[in-house]
Amino acid sequence: MSRKPRIIFPVHIWLQRHAQVALSCLGRLSRNALSSLMSCAVIGIALALPVGLHVMLHNLQQVSGSWESGASISVFLKQKVSEEQAASLAEKLRKHQRIQEVQLITRSDALQEFQRQSGFADALQALDYNPLPNLLFIQPKTDFTTAEKAQQLVQELRLLPEADIVQLDLQWVRRLQAITIIAQRAVVVLTALLSMAVLLIVGNTIRLEIQNRRTEIEITKLIGATNAFIRRPFLYTGFWYGLFGGLIAWSLVALAISLLSGPVATLAQLYQSSFDLSNLDATTALILLGGSSLLGLLGSWMAVGRHLSAIQPS
Amino acid sequence: MIHFDNVSKRYPGGHTGLSHVNLRIDADEMVFLTGHSGAGKSTLLKLIGLLERSSAGQVHVNGRNLTRLKNRQIPYHRREVGMIFQDHRLLFDRTVFDNVALPLVVSGLGHKEIGRRVRAALDKVGLLHKERAAPVTLSGGEQQRVGIARAVVSKPPLVLADEPTGNLDPELSQEIMDLFSDFNRVGVTLLIASHDIALIRGMNKRILTLSNGALVADSKTETVDVT
Repeated sequence: MSRKPRIIFPVHIWLQRHAQVALSCLGRLSRNALSSLMSCAVIGIALALPVGLHVMLHNLQQVSGSWESGASISVFLKQKVSEEQAASLAEKLRKHQRIQEVQLITRSDALQEFQRQSGFADALQALDYNPLPNLLFIQPKTDFTTAEKAQQLVQELRLLPEADIVQLDLQWVRRLQAITIIAQRAVVVLTALLSMAVLLIVGNTIRLEIQNRRTEIEITKLIGATNAFIRRPFLYTGFWYGLFGGLIAWSLVALAISLLSGPVATLAQLYQSSFDLSNLDATTALILLGGSSLLGLLGSWMAVGRHLSAIQPS
Repeated sequence: MIHFDNVSKRYPGGHTGLSHVNLRIDADEMVFLTGHSGAGKSTLLKLIGLLERSSAGQVHVNGRNLTRLKNRQIPYHRREVGMIFQDHRLLFDRTVFDNVALPLVVSGLGHKEIGRRVRAALDKVGLLHKERAAPVTLSGGEQQRVGIARAVVSKPPLVLADEPTGNLDPELSQEIMDLFSDFNRVGVTLLIASHDIALIRGMNKRILTLSNGALVADSKTETVDVT
């Protein structure tokens, strides 16, 4: 009863075998170019959806980030503060090291504007005094525009004896950010769902491939192929499907972005912004390609595990 | 080389493939296995190649107890048993060379070594000039010879053939048998199932006869042993 030890082959032969299998799988895919392309395209489209959304969100975040840095502070002065006092306060604040610009909107200016725009002109006429406060519209210096630093400035302004209400105009930016976070979650959920779809697509494609090559599998098992040997070409095929699907997703997203970038630039110009729609960055692209290859590998692994052992030579 | 110890094979559904077969084949022997269709010739070969496992009894091949062999060890066992089939079982999407090379690729040999051994095997069966051909372009006899080259290319100590001449005319059949004799002369043990009595009688080798799954005659011992 001698059990022969398993022979271990040099690494270069092992590598040579893997390279051979990888290339021959590629060759097999190219021989059925149309059907391979269709499978890859399905994977590509499934992946392009979450990736495209991710890129759009990323752009949106950049835009809202630049808006946040444009945060301004409204200081509503107390009723008893006169327009002259307000003007001198504005003058004083203009010399403040953290403040870039102070715009004074006096209560009479504000009243005039309100009468013009609100349609309450008659009602306001009936009042015997101006109910509106003086307003200082403060633009912090660029170094102090982050939400945190601006908040500090707000605290400081609140200490002014003339100040009644001090408001940081970030509310709507915050709301936009909250919506963005929800959208990000949605992208995560969508990615998970569509990744599962890719797994199933690859799994099904490989299952058909296994059925088509049933005789070949039987014969190779007959002449002493290990399961690992038989599994290998299917795993590589799955890998290629994933990789090419990823490449298709990448090009679809790139195409969509380039189609959108023109109109977006025009829109940005209308808002006096030089915002440029950014495309998929290298890291995201690498994650996309790596992830899609991994999904292909996993999908074929699942199919191979389930269907290969069922085929036995007779 | 091969030792059957009271081996039986029953298929699910009650059909009996083999019943209580005792058999010993030594290394370097060339043995024919005959009997009518369904007598159990193929079953016996399948048990040796581990395409099937016995229901009872012990099968020893080349010093291995097959009954105890784990499933994941089966491939390594099959590499030491060359198998030839009536329907050749070639891969029709590959060249003759690639078909013959398959056992060597499976066992992980290097490129050069594969080329050398495949050409040697093809030369032996007289098909060296067809190495780039597709199997479909070959005649039945040539296809069978490709199958034989594939079975011997990795130099297994034991070769099994299941009706290797089943589809061939007498002349081609004789050629194939002569080829087998050549292999036997260089030390390969052969077990060949065939129902072509005239052909195998002419070979003057040991003949085992199966009937309804039982070994009923062995020309070596001349004893009829019905169990």
